[in-house]
Amino acid sequence: MIYSYYPGCTLKTQAKELDIYARRSLDVLGIKMEELADWQCCGGVYPIAKDEIATKLSSVRTLNQARELGRPLITLCSACHHVLTRVNNDMRTDKNTRDKVNTYSKFDTPYEGETDVIHFLQLLRDVVGFDNLKAKVVNPLKGRKVGAYYGCLLLRPSAELAFDDPENPTIIEDFIKAIGATPVIYSHRNECCGGYIAVTDKGQASRNVDKIIDSAKNKGCDELVTACPLCMYNVAANAGEGKEITIKYFTELLAEALGVK
Amino acid sequence: MHKNNLKEEIIRISGASPNKCMKCGKCSATCPSFNEMEIAPHMFVDMVIKGRVEQLVMSDATNHCLSCFACVERCPRGVEPAHIIEAIRVIKLRQSGAPQITPAQIASVIDTEIPQQALVSAFRKFRK
Repeated sequence: MIYSYYPGCTLKTQAKELDIYARRSLDVLGIKMEELADWQCCGGVYPIAKDEIATKLSSVRTLNQARELGRPLITLCSACHHVLTRVNNDMRTDKNTRDKVNTYSKFDTPYEGETDVIHFLQLLRDVVGFDNLKAKVVNPLKGRKVGAYYGCLLLRPSAELAFDDPENPTIIEDFIKAIGATPVIYSHRNECCGGYIAVTDKGQASRNVDKIIDSAKNKGCDELVTACPLCMYNVAANAGEGKEITIKYFTELLAEALGVK
Repeated sequence: MHKNNLKEEIIRISGASPNKCMKCGKCSATCPSFNEMEIAPHMFVDMVIKGRVEQLVMSDATNHCLSCFACVERCPRGVEPAHIIEAIRVIKLRQSGAPQITPAQIASVIDTEIPQQALVSAFRKFRK
């Protein structure tokens, strides 16, 4: 089985580590993943308004490409995963969106949401299996107290994302255990970093991340892991003075544990 | 737009169900932007029900919503306050034709680490 891969805009630029360590790790885990040839930007945010159709087109083109190859589509960035999953859901369940998109797009066969969109963490959990992952670890990250920073987009709305329990998620903690580190649960692990507000109001982003970092440090986290380049940026660049905490992409810890960093 | 039409437009575009609200206030209690918004999420819902929609369109509270879906997830009645806020934001952008950010403005706020994802998202949210 070969999986299609959708990196998205930021994994080719500011978030290269998220991409590179994922690819190296999959080689060790024996899973083959090929980047889609002509992917387009997902748009970064899901178009919430019911009458927004044009802003969903680029995601549908990506989803249709994956369908034509007959392969599940792997995502890594939380935002890409959120947008592609929800647009896919719209194409499956919302006749108005589906009809308009297909009338405009003129695919050989109308797209009806057939592609399976799978986040890399779900691939590790459901295809590789955390027990198998643990068996392949050559450099267990013993003694490291790692907080999973889920943020918002992977989990919510849970009715559509169906990623994990939206209030008590376990997937990243189970991942942290599998690579030999100690997961630390803290209250703000599924609260928003401020996201795109960093572009228009850095102060608001700072106030958000400071609460998250305080919550993580109070529970004893030495470092955080994330799947989202925007969470990474807000925590790394917009934390208040004296609040700083180490934050890495989860794939970097994965590669470290597998000995391919 | 007449305010009755505006209310209908908000409900149509949002797909939300303000009349299901039971006034528990959980949306505002869980909102990470509560302290940033002059009109809080539960007030958006209430003011749409009561037809006080012109005030909502005038407010800049919509620019502080992060679309993190905390209120959508945690509302016990499926009201979807974030969808109402988004509908008003979209209506404002469409009516005024005035973008909330321009490429020239963001040149001054970009630093060397900002991810492309942030810029794409902000342009999608703050321009039409």
